[in-house]
Amino acid sequence: MFTRKTIVTALASLGVIGVAATAFAAGGTVKEYKHPHFHFEGVFGTYDKDALQRGYQVYRTVCASCHSMEQVSFRNLGQKGGPFYLDSCPAGVPASVNCSNPNENPIVKAIAAEYQIQDGPDDFGDMFMRPGLPSDRFPSPYANDQMGRMANGGALPPDLSLMTKARHHGPAYIYSLLTGYEDPPASVEVAPGQHYNPYYAGDMSQLLKPEYLDDEGHVVDGVNVPYGGVLAMAAPLVDGIIDYADEDTPETVEQYAKDVTEFLVWAAEPKLEARKKLGVMTVGYLLILCGLLYWSYREVWSNVDH
Amino acid sequence: MSHESTYDPQSGVEKWLDKRLPLVRLMYDSFVDFPSPKNLNYWWTFGGILAICLVVQILTGIILAMHYTPHVDYAFDSVEHIMRDVNYGWLLRYVHANGASMFFLAVYIHMFRGLYYGSYKEPREMLWILGVVIFLLMMATAFMGYVLPWGQMSYWGATVITNLFSAIPVVGESIRTLLWGGFSVDNATLNRFFSLHYLLPFAIAGVVVLHIWALHIPGNNNPTGVEVKNVKKDTVPFHPYYTVKDGFAIAVFLVLFSIFVFFAPNSLGHPDNYIEANPLATPAHIVPEWYFLPFYAILRAITFDIGPIPAKLGGVIAMFSSILVLFVLPWLDTSKVRSMRYRPIAKLWFAIFAVVACALGYLGGQPAEGVYVTLAQICTAYYFGYFLIILPLLGIMETPKPLPASIADAVLPPKSDASGGAIPAAQPAE
Amino acid sequence: MSAISDHDLEEPTRRDFIHLVAGSAAAVGAAGVVVPLVHQMNPDASVLALATKEVDLSSIEVGQAIKVMWQGKPVFIRRRTAEEIAVAEETPVSDLPDDRSRNLNDEALDASDTARTTASDGVARPEWLVLVGVCTHLGCIPLGTSQGEIKGDYNGWFCPCHGSHYDTAGRIRKGPAPENLPVPPYEFISDSVVKIG
Repeated sequence: MFTRKTIVTALASLGVIGVAATAFAAGGTVKEYKHPHFHFEGVFGTYDKDALQRGYQVYRTVCASCHSMEQVSFRNLGQKGGPFYLDSCPAGVPASVNCSNPNENPIVKAIAAEYQIQDGPDDFGDMFMRPGLPSDRFPSPYANDQMGRMANGGALPPDLSLMTKARHHGPAYIYSLLTGYEDPPASVEVAPGQHYNPYYAGDMSQLLKPEYLDDEGHVVDGVNVPYGGVLAMAAPLVDGIIDYADEDTPETVEQYAKDVTEFLVWAAEPKLEARKKLGVMTVGYLLILCGLLYWSYREVWSNVDH
Repeated sequence: MSHESTYDPQSGVEKWLDKRLPLVRLMYDSFVDFPSPKNLNYWWTFGGILAICLVVQILTGIILAMHYTPHVDYAFDSVEHIMRDVNYGWLLRYVHANGASMFFLAVYIHMFRGLYYGSYKEPREMLWILGVVIFLLMMATAFMGYVLPWGQMSYWGATVITNLFSAIPVVGESIRTLLWGGFSVDNATLNRFFSLHYLLPFAIAGVVVLHIWALHIPGNNNPTGVEVKNVKKDTVPFHPYYTVKDGFAIAVFLVLFSIFVFFAPNSLGHPDNYIEANPLATPAHIVPEWYFLPFYAILRAITFDIGPIPAKLGGVIAMFSSILVLFVLPWLDTSKVRSMRYRPIAKLWFAIFAVVACALGYLGGQPAEGVYVTLAQICTAYYFGYFLIILPLLGIMETPKPLPASIADAVLPPKSDASGGAIPAAQPAE
Repeated sequence: MSAISDHDLEEPTRRDFIHLVAGSAAAVGAAGVVVPLVHQMNPDASVLALATKEVDLSSIEVGQAIKVMWQGKPVFIRRRTAEEIAVAEETPVSDLPDDRSRNLNDEALDASDTARTTASDGVARPEWLVLVGVCTHLGCIPLGTSQGEIKGDYNGWFCPCHGSHYDTAGRIRKGPAPENLPVPPYEFISDSVVKIG
């Protein structure tokens, strides 16, 4: 029957879409990602504000020294759904300040002022540095990409604004990568300045020691090519490297990685909470509308043989 | 079926207008009182769904253009500006991006409906051909729209597709340069793609008007493929019978649409497009959007020279032919019977064709190596074989089941099947 | 035209009810869709972030004026001489074509010089005059801020488009402009830094 068959076909094609969307790069394989539970997952998932604040601290202390985050402005930190959003002003702030406005949020202003932003030219034609304002974007640690490469052995640290959306299974990938550094397997030779990570996409067969290769450079049968690849970034996180204000939160690599991943997901998708909230309302409304229209449809057709 | 106008202007204004510009009469005859076969099933609701898709895309597109900057230095940032700063910008962009996928999902179902029920056959050839024109325009629009965010997939997709034209002998390189407006995909390319991406949807809307016109001359086909014999017995007026049915189907479709937009907005896209275009680094895999994958698979399936035609050109020809063959389909299918409900053999070949089309979609997303290439070649052969060999021969060789005398006959007797096909002759094929 | 036509008029109330409910529900949805489609045209977050501007006044000498951009419009900040202040203060409000302050910090005031120089904290600083430099006639930019520009008959500003003359408190004195030059909301966050907006 056409109906049943086409449903099957439609499902099959949806399956195809799914497979295509998750297709992995060829070459080497990566280890299956670790997937901790993130607070933002699921239909009703929201950001954990404390985790976002801790994640910002990790970003600020560790990541920001090499990675830019150019799509994000300081004011974003204080907007609804952001790490430092304030419903009402803390004590001691003048009444004329509207703290729920990210541009007046005192925490955001203080964070922005920690940064020096290039502005100008002034009346003498010179560029000058001034403290950041909420309207400024996070400045890049480098004046330009070339300087970034120069400072990092030829590899430009990628911008982090969209990192979790720019990789397959972004959050799980970032978390796995940050927590996944380990000593390279004995069968491979890793060059100085390179660091092995089983979650990094690469092709380890290129790095196998000569005794595992035959005369033509192919991998000898029976030799396992290790997972992952090598990258220029050394393991950035170490237990205890950052002091969390909250005594109850463990200061471990796993916790740092989880928090900074949540922060980066927020940085890439700051409107996630508004999106899901509107989504629940929209789908709810549409389901009711479907019911009403179906009823109306049955009524209209009740006198027709069809 | 063309029918006598039943519009009866009531108010003075309507009468005045009707004498000068019978616009209300046209609308009334087309969308209110238009006699529609009463046995249309849910597969016939996709026309209405597609109209909604087009409106959604044009509306959100016009708005996005208010905030987008078509320049290689700003395009990527302006899209992020839409996502982060513009009021409801994230919603508008996600609706537009997923709307393209929804549009193609609906159009593929619409086309398969036409293929199965023989809606392309006499006297509806023009209707079908206009549909194929719309499909081509949609593909061009979607392709150019995908370039605009200026991510890695935008840039490299544009590079790969425009390079197809270089396969054309003699003038290929010149055509490619003409398309680019430079020596590679660059700012000039982005600007013209933006201009055309804005223009083509209005061309689509124009052809849609012709498509509906061409539909309203012979009237709807229907699941039996039997023409309307008695308007009174066989049809119902479009409104309210099909307005409410289409309305219900549209609402159900919007639920699916909303689930993608609100809960999985990037699941149909590619992560590489969240990396700004970089002409110095190609992504590991260049994959088009899912709706182009079957054609991409056909393109890549031709890995061998065919006589004097080199493989590269062969692939391009095969890919374009796979769409162009649809234009002549009305004359390739020789069967006198429209609906495959009464064509037991054709129904099987059709089922295989549907599976093959999906398989091509899957293969288009896989790396072009090893067994995937062989499978894509087999599927491509079937794709063309279905149109060029199977359909012409089946029409001559197959013995169709007896057709019902009329639509009313088909729907009245024993009510064994809720989907509207209560014909003893049409037993389930699987 | 149709197989059923007439008998759908039976049971009008129940049928009408469900169609009415379904139709209304669809209309509500359509109205909801309008909100994002229209609201997207309002100023976006990056524009709102620039709604205020801080200006350092320390380099302005007495008798000088500067022009800064605020919300896409020029703002004139003049450090007035004692003579300019005196002339402005001595002008009776009754002589003015527009007797309202046009000061967004306190719109209830009249057009006295004190009212024209009142900041958002309610304190008047006669030395500083802050104006939105857009002629209230048809939106041209009046001359008189930069050195050497025509200041008009009242030693304030002169709009070259249609000949409006403003005095040293930015009040309209002669010409077609209907209102005094508006004073934007501003606040001295230190002795030498003013926050406009």
